[in-house]
Amino acid sequence: MTTELIAQLGVIGFTFFMLLNSAAVLVYMERKVAAFIQQRYGPYLVGPQGLLQPIADIVKLMFKEELRPKGADKLLFYAAPILSATAAFAAFAVVPFGADTTLFGLLDEPIRLAAADVNVGLLVIFAITSMGVYGIVLAGWSSNSKYSLLGGLRSAAQMVSYEISYGLSFAAVIMLAGSLSLREIVDAQAGYWHLFGVIPIPQWYIFIQPLGFFIFLTAGVAETNRSPFDFPEAEQELVAGYHTEYSSMSFALFFLAEYVNMVTVSAVAVDLFLGGWHGPFLPEWLGWVWFLVKVFALLFFYIWMRWTLPRYRYDQLMEFGWKWLLPAAVLNLLVSAFVVAYYGW
Amino acid sequence: MDAFLFWVLAAGAVSASLLVIGQRNPMYSVLLLIVSFGALSGLYVLLGAPFVAAIQIIIYAGAIMVLFLFVVMLLNVPTEDPPAGYHARLLGGAGPRRFGAVLSAVLVVELFWVFSRMSSPALPGGDEAPATTVHTIGVRLFRDYAFAFEATSVLILVAMVGAIILARKESH
Repeated sequence: MTTELIAQLGVIGFTFFMLLNSAAVLVYMERKVAAFIQQRYGPYLVGPQGLLQPIADIVKLMFKEELRPKGADKLLFYAAPILSATAAFAAFAVVPFGADTTLFGLLDEPIRLAAADVNVGLLVIFAITSMGVYGIVLAGWSSNSKYSLLGGLRSAAQMVSYEISYGLSFAAVIMLAGSLSLREIVDAQAGYWHLFGVIPIPQWYIFIQPLGFFIFLTAGVAETNRSPFDFPEAEQELVAGYHTEYSSMSFALFFLAEYVNMVTVSAVAVDLFLGGWHGPFLPEWLGWVWFLVKVFALLFFYIWMRWTLPRYRYDQLMEFGWKWLLPAAVLNLLVSAFVVAYYGW
Repeated sequence: MDAFLFWVLAAGAVSASLLVIGQRNPMYSVLLLIVSFGALSGLYVLLGAPFVAAIQIIIYAGAIMVLFLFVVMLLNVPTEDPPAGYHARLLGGAGPRRFGAVLSAVLVVELFWVFSRMSSPALPGGDEAPATTVHTIGVRLFRDYAFAFEATSVLILVAMVGAIILARKESH
């Protein structure tokens, strides 16, 4: 029992540590990819190939002065970034990232590669993500600055609007898999279909839910406030949006939360639509490699999109969300429900 | 452990709810209500109903309270500053307050009377097994109690239409 407990605690610690690291890796990746797209070098002075740049960034942020604007609500001003970061990390707790393992026979019973295994995991992620909105909204309100307030308001409106399409797009996957547990959804995607009886296609839900995947990804970008939907911090209009007044580690926490949220959305997308840790060529105990590869492919897509697409206009965002994405999500759900009910998926 | 968590969560829910009405700043009221919902959701988890707990957070704490917060921010509701000498005449001063105090006292007496007469709570379907999984909740809602469920949704729709009509300005 105790060995299992220690192993499970180890998994939790490992998940936390890797999430922190992924934020640092993403900062470096964002800078390098941006530089590549804009045909320049990006960071290259700190360490080999600029690999130590994230550490330099963090040290710089730590030594900056912590400023608080006059008239800001002291308690909420400091609580907001903590809330943001906490929600971002907590959401990843129920994301499984590999098949059950005995750690090379060290353990008698296999343990699960996830910080927690909840049978309504998907709903828990949804619930915690919706808590993350408060961090941004409160930051906007408590800063006592018009740019922050507008950024916070926009963010609240945007996240509430896109949350509906987000939820509806994975509702279709829940119906296909018949489970709310991410582990069972991933396991339902093991195996292959054979196109024309020969060409093997992995049984990933992206192939039968392409529209659902598109909606999920679009809503995910809006939920994480990334470009082209980065209105809460649209710098031409709002200086920096909700985190205009933040500096030092408070700002770093918002930054961290944004990148961790990106990782979480990508990881959930991989678990829901891209077969999780299932993939060809690798044995099952190396499934986490597939998981990492897929997650980083999606993260690269995020960054690629940011440096390729211009920002929408705010009314366009709302119109797209309510008049196009939501009806498409409802239609996708209805058609999926019909197929599941009458043809017994 | 469960009993300890129950008392912590219950105390959290009750004290947060009390503080909601005690706050002068509407922003803090909204946030404390979210804390109260969170504690309630924890109680659901203790009762072995994780689905209801997650829904509680998604619907109430996640969706509805964001709208509350949105309205508070948008209208920029000022804090309710107490008039001078407020505390001195908390219950004794104005007539409405005295009336309110009498009404609350009556309510407390009524509640005591009801609870003392009611030995065991007779809830509808109390003899059935508790519905905790998504499947059993779905079957109960959409098969056993389908009419009540749909009727409630119509009721909510009526309320929404009413609110829109009340809020709409005459445009012609």
